[in-house]
Amino acid sequence: MTSDYFIPDAEGRTPSAAGYFGAFGGKFIPEALVAAVDEVAAEYEKAKADPAFAAELDDLLVHYTGRPSPLTEVPRFARHGGGARIYLKREDLNHTGSHKINNVLGQALLTKRMGKTRVIAETGAGQHGVATATACALFGLECTIYMGEIDTQRQALNVARMRMLGAEVVPVASGSRTLKDAINEAFRDWVANVDRTHYLFGTVAGPHPFPQLVRDFHRVIGVEARRQILERAGRLPDAVAACVGGGSNAIGLFHAFVPDEGVRLVGLEAAGHGVGSGEHAATLTAGEPGILHGSRSYVLQDDEGQITEPYSISAGLDYPGIGPEHAYLKDSGRGEYRPVTDDEAMQALRLLSETEGIIPAIESAHALAGALDLGKELGPDGLVLVNLSGRGDKDMDTAARYFGLYDNGGNEGGEAK
Amino acid sequence: MSGNIELLESTLAAAKAENRAALVGYLPAGFPTVDGGIAACTALLESGCDVVEVGLPHSDPVLDGPVIQTADDIALRGGVRIADVLRTVREAHAATGKPVLVMTYWNPVDRYGAERFAAELGEAGGAGCILPDLPVEESEGWRKAAEQHGLATVFVVAPSSREERLARITAAGSGFVYAASLMGVTGTRESVGREARDLVERTRGTTRLPVCVGLGVSNAEQAAEVAEFADGVIVGSAFVKRLLAAGDDLAAGLDGVRELASGLAAGVRRS
Repeated sequence: MTSDYFIPDAEGRTPSAAGYFGAFGGKFIPEALVAAVDEVAAEYEKAKADPAFAAELDDLLVHYTGRPSPLTEVPRFARHGGGARIYLKREDLNHTGSHKINNVLGQALLTKRMGKTRVIAETGAGQHGVATATACALFGLECTIYMGEIDTQRQALNVARMRMLGAEVVPVASGSRTLKDAINEAFRDWVANVDRTHYLFGTVAGPHPFPQLVRDFHRVIGVEARRQILERAGRLPDAVAACVGGGSNAIGLFHAFVPDEGVRLVGLEAAGHGVGSGEHAATLTAGEPGILHGSRSYVLQDDEGQITEPYSISAGLDYPGIGPEHAYLKDSGRGEYRPVTDDEAMQALRLLSETEGIIPAIESAHALAGALDLGKELGPDGLVLVNLSGRGDKDMDTAARYFGLYDNGGNEGGEAK
Repeated sequence: MSGNIELLESTLAAAKAENRAALVGYLPAGFPTVDGGIAACTALLESGCDVVEVGLPHSDPVLDGPVIQTADDIALRGGVRIADVLRTVREAHAATGKPVLVMTYWNPVDRYGAERFAAELGEAGGAGCILPDLPVEESEGWRKAAEQHGLATVFVVAPSSREERLARITAAGSGFVYAASLMGVTGTRESVGREARDLVERTRGTTRLPVCVGLGVSNAEQAAEVAEFADGVIVGSAFVKRLLAAGDDLAAGLDGVRELASGLAAGVRRS
């Protein structure tokens, strides 16, 4: 049978047997994890060939997640982007509020197939953690989520959601206390508990097969969006745009468009206070090839291979690495990656809210800011498709402080502007 | 000057000839300071360790528990550089004539350049390198450089390693095999499980290299227990703990690691 929603790439754009996309990828893991990672790869290959797996996942994606997600044209917003037409792929309308659920349901089914009873995951903004906690509740799996201490504070709503769903949330106080350190801690847990535990990795980074597997579960975003925009606009877009932290929503959107040479693939990185300030998470703009969390890709690091601390107002993009397939797309010239500052993203967040009645996640607002720039470059004939990867409810405290929306001015330590 | 792989081999062979396990100590470079770390590594070798592994502190020590994470943080905040790691190797070896290896995550070596790192480690008198997150499949370039510069490449095997992987790993390694006693990160444990004995036996079935056991060993009793079935006993976090407990009092910290090394050295000779 063919599936409408589980659409792994079948046309050769998969990594090599060793997990490489060009010079990037691979499997740099301790020996203690080799057997577990190989088991995930083998189970995924079996699942791909099993019609029952696709059928079960399809059913969940339709009746639980709510796929297909709509495509929304945003003309009032687009007026601020040179008059180009802008469409949003509404992954924010998925159950749990972001694209993350696509991958989580796929890996949760793999977890069951492998006979494992416990799931661990990292989370930055909390969206992957919420999606994972959701799937664990649905399937009756034990769930532990690692989250940087700074992120548990700035995304407190999502911490409460995860706990409401029955997950244990472990704040991580080491290193930069953000996503990178949450992943470190999840790996430490996995090494110690690998017999019964699956590490439900949340982005297209990590050791092979995660970059391929997570991408395949998110490919549905681009496959749907390509079909939808052909129906709605009558042609392919000039550019597709998505924010990139680890890169899962971006690869999900981009991948179906890779063969369409006329469609530019534009990833928007978090430039924080500006790439020149040193306080940013713009890995492809300012990083160098290196190894972090199990694969070779671009990495923010010093001259001796120590990972440098990233910064972004957005917890989900605050990461010093990037999925290896993005590194490959960048080096091959097929993808373009641009930095967007905190301020640019926050202005786009406000603009979309006020012009279209859609409050985006701060992560996704980076893509919206990039789309405005692309629109200006393309002019009124331009057509831009943006992945609205998540909704902004979780960010209301940050936004309220940033814009001074609290009646008391956010005077409990916030930075009102 | 070429590296000291032969010194490592003869040291482990000499312990075997004495019908005992070798004692291998670990400390990160730059901890508590670069000079303090050199003094501590030297103290280990003078007080009963046959071999020392010098850790290259890393920003993201994914395979280390809280004790070594803390030490790495202190070293990095103190500004430790690869040159300091190499100086630690050079001085600890020069002071004692004993084999000194480096244990490091792969990214710093990758970034520094595998050939350059191997050349400089060999020149410093290093005996080899342990690279716990460099799988054998990705190791060919490093191994060529290591061989050329007289360095051992020590691979880690784990209780989860299947027989055919064990054979592949041990065939590529040199110096000794590092058998992780358990599934987990570094740190002291109450007991060393039966998994370690099984793993050593299975590893011996694939190689004539000495098999040393690490992870979790912290006292003379555990050292004696492991020494019954392994060619070497590796102790890291317990030494780091002694230095951490002494705080700013380096002399007390050095006394602490000397005392522990002596006790462990007696442990590996007990059976």
